[in-house]
Amino acid sequence: MTTPSFIDVRNLSIGYTSRAGETVKVLRDVSLTINRGESVGLVGESGSGKSTLALAALGYFKRGLRVLDGQIHFDGIDMLDLGRDDIQKIRGGRLALIPQNSGQSLTPTLRIGQQVAEALRLHSELEADEFDHRVVELLTQVRLPDPAALISRYPHELSGGQQQRVAIAMALAGQPDALLLDEPTTGLDVTTQAHILELLRDLASDRNMAMLYVSHDLGAIARVCDRVVVMYAGEIVLQGSARQVLKSPRHPYAHGLLASIPRLSQQSLPVALDGRPPMPGEMINGCAFADRCGIADSTCTASPPPLVPIDTGEHVRCFHPGKISQLPRASKTAARKKPSASGKPDAALVMDDLSITYAKPDFLASLLTSRKDPPATVEGINITIVKGETLGLVGESGSGKSTILKSIAGLISPKTGSIALEGQSPLTAKVEDRPAVNLRQIQLIFQNPDDSLNPRHTVAQILAQPLRLYFRLSGDDLRQRSIELLEKVRLGSHYLERLPSQLSGGEKQRIAVARAFAAEPEIVLCDEVTSALDVSVQAAVLNLLNELKTQQQTTYIFVSHDLAVVKAISDRIAVLYQGRLCEIGPVDAVYKPPFHPYTDVLLGAVLEPDPEKAPKLSADDVVELSPPAQGCPFQRRCPKKIGTICETDTPPAQQMGGGHVINCHIPADDL
Amino acid sequence: MAATTATSMVSGNRVVTVLKDLASRPSGAIGLTLVIFHVALALVSPYIVPFDYKLQNSSLMLTGPDAVHWLGADHLGRDVFSRTLMGGREALLVTGVATPLAVIWGGFIGILFGLVGGRLDEVLMRVVDAFLSLPWILKMLVLIVTFGTGVEVLIPTLAFFYGIPVIRIARAATHDVIARDFVWAAKARGHSRISIIWRELLPNVLDTLMVEGAMRWSWMLLAFSSLSFLGFGVSPPTPDWGLMISDARGFMSFAPWGVIGPVIALSSLIIGINLTADALAKALGIDRAQKAPM
Repeated sequence: MTTPSFIDVRNLSIGYTSRAGETVKVLRDVSLTINRGESVGLVGESGSGKSTLALAALGYFKRGLRVLDGQIHFDGIDMLDLGRDDIQKIRGGRLALIPQNSGQSLTPTLRIGQQVAEALRLHSELEADEFDHRVVELLTQVRLPDPAALISRYPHELSGGQQQRVAIAMALAGQPDALLLDEPTTGLDVTTQAHILELLRDLASDRNMAMLYVSHDLGAIARVCDRVVVMYAGEIVLQGSARQVLKSPRHPYAHGLLASIPRLSQQSLPVALDGRPPMPGEMINGCAFADRCGIADSTCTASPPPLVPIDTGEHVRCFHPGKISQLPRASKTAARKKPSASGKPDAALVMDDLSITYAKPDFLASLLTSRKDPPATVEGINITIVKGETLGLVGESGSGKSTILKSIAGLISPKTGSIALEGQSPLTAKVEDRPAVNLRQIQLIFQNPDDSLNPRHTVAQILAQPLRLYFRLSGDDLRQRSIELLEKVRLGSHYLERLPSQLSGGEKQRIAVARAFAAEPEIVLCDEVTSALDVSVQAAVLNLLNELKTQQQTTYIFVSHDLAVVKAISDRIAVLYQGRLCEIGPVDAVYKPPFHPYTDVLLGAVLEPDPEKAPKLSADDVVELSPPAQGCPFQRRCPKKIGTICETDTPPAQQMGGGHVINCHIPADDL
Repeated sequence: MAATTATSMVSGNRVVTVLKDLASRPSGAIGLTLVIFHVALALVSPYIVPFDYKLQNSSLMLTGPDAVHWLGADHLGRDVFSRTLMGGREALLVTGVATPLAVIWGGFIGILFGLVGGRLDEVLMRVVDAFLSLPWILKMLVLIVTFGTGVEVLIPTLAFFYGIPVIRIARAATHDVIARDFVWAAKARGHSRISIIWRELLPNVLDTLMVEGAMRWSWMLLAFSSLSFLGFGVSPPTPDWGLMISDARGFMSFAPWGVIGPVIALSSLIIGINLTADALAKALGIDRAQKAPM
């Protein structure tokens, strides 16, 4: 045996015993090495075993899982042969983990300083009186503003990005030689994510650490990793340098994953990667990917392909790495844009000076104090949506985009202003008071199908709800229509009796889409409908929505924080910050200069799965909790702020032509 | 059993699936066997006991176990084995009726509080808290002393007091469910309030209530036995485990067989119910700990 690498996983197989008594493998014969100063990205869809592998490197296995075969070494230490005490010394010390949801992994009742000090107590040689100094040092290292003040704060007083930084500081407390990162930026805003990735990149190179970065986000991987390992169904299918893997993937699965990511540079919709990965324990004779592969032939289903090196230096588990070029790189069907109708297009929905606030007027307080109401969450929204178009609403969390959707759906009453459907008098604020026809015309699709489908209802029951309510269907008619709807979202009638728990993420979201379309709506409100899904599934749902729009002439309002996704599907984009409109216009105009400064910041932070494209970080990733009382909403973070005028005056709406409007004090020519 | 009747409101199929899952788990299989055994015993014991439970034979007084009297005789010379076999009838009858009643009324009020929300909910919950802060035995004794110790008093009393903690559980479960998107989706579609409660809320709260009911059942059994032990439950000469333990307690040092029988019987039933409740929670997917691996 040769000397092991710094982190060395050899021929590792991990599995569990099913209730039927069979051994089910979750990881199959996985080998992975990481040297000091090297960062390796681990990619794959959910369930591919990537997190299991990362945790195994820590010598940790989820309940029920056990090592069937193989070895794990860390700096020459056999991680599978360590006692509890020894392994605890290494974990969190020399080998640190940064988990996904650090906000939840910080103890809510302990001050930040105490939490970081605790990591020091466990994993450093420092004396107690040196802790304070070191804590501040660590917080400075992760670029947190004003660390001295921060140590006495509680986790809930910090934003998600700041909490993530604290988690990184705690991981650094033990002077780690290696970092394991499990989706460390998922769930953070785009600008925050870009900043955290820069930080991780710099830390890794400054300290010569080995880094294993687990993520489904190829954009993030491209930013921090030198080498990429692609996993599928518990096996490594491709590994090589980040450049090779991301630029010219030599495995059909990696190719499919990359093609399913919407990109800013792309005009068309991404290509969906159809099918679903095999479940652990499913019997596969040949290649696990064969049934989803565009170039599979009889050799692929006959025997499993081995992981072999190819001439360009990667290791590929495929019989035909040469044929990858036959696969489509981009979808031929561009998103169907609204028909350039002759004459004046019909308005589908008009939002007139819409303002929404969550703050409840407190009668007593208003009598006793002269304190003014806090600024409204959403204010001054004037948008007319044309029939058959897709309007994308973008912005970071807290931008009020979901609030606007809820208000259109009647779930939140506006403070002032109105929402009206084509040529009708304004809609009543509350959903309870709306006439049935208006209810039917507006349908809402939610972000997370796990939450928006009742877990106790079968698909048939789910689809029956709108069909009974709006069309009074029953018996055979109901069944017939339900099957039609299932076929429309490319699912068969055999799905009718299934429960949501028996469906994959993508299938669930299709059911949610079918339920919305059951109402034969005029306007469909999509609230981050793809952000809880794997990229491959996301592309499929985007394609489906586009197809349905073509068939049904539906109008969409599509809310997302992902600028590339919004670009792929929308005709027009509205950029929101703190509930105020920054910029609105046709897709092509908004994604091209001149930009509103905020649009510029957002676009700069977008991560493309391309190691050569670096994000442009022009604004801090501070999270503002409430909009400023007057002036421009973006005044506090704007990198191009011109002076006090930004703080006092509401920015003018500058008409750029073609319906493109930028709300900014800076003259359009300078933007 | 409270559990199965409530499931049938959700879907016929699911009862079978859940029961199969329940029986396939070791804890469920053992638990169910114990519970079914005790229920069956309560039904048939009067016909199979070897001796009359109230037959006193002074020559046998406190004699130890032998081939005829398997568990010996008590201080009045009654056959302990026969009395043990029959000692759960009263307890199972009272708690078997009172448990579903407790879950129904507590669940109803809890869901109502959860839906109403706001200040009224706050006030009502503080009343519940105040109530729960009193020792249960004190509250119960007041009612029993006032109204007597018959079954017709015990059932409503137990149902009332054991329904109060159910309010908390039902309210919390309701809060969890109404915050979820599928309730918002139904609201946005324009379904009526009744329809949302019936279709969206209830099926999701019922699971929690069922498990809660099973747990309450075992606690109620203990409470009932404690009342009997204190002399406020079953009146002699009706055999009851709590009463038997109380009677035999004084002779425990030289005639321990008087307590062994009823103690084993009572604990095996309670363990059985707890195991079943535990497995039921797992079968219904409420217990998150079982989600591993993957």
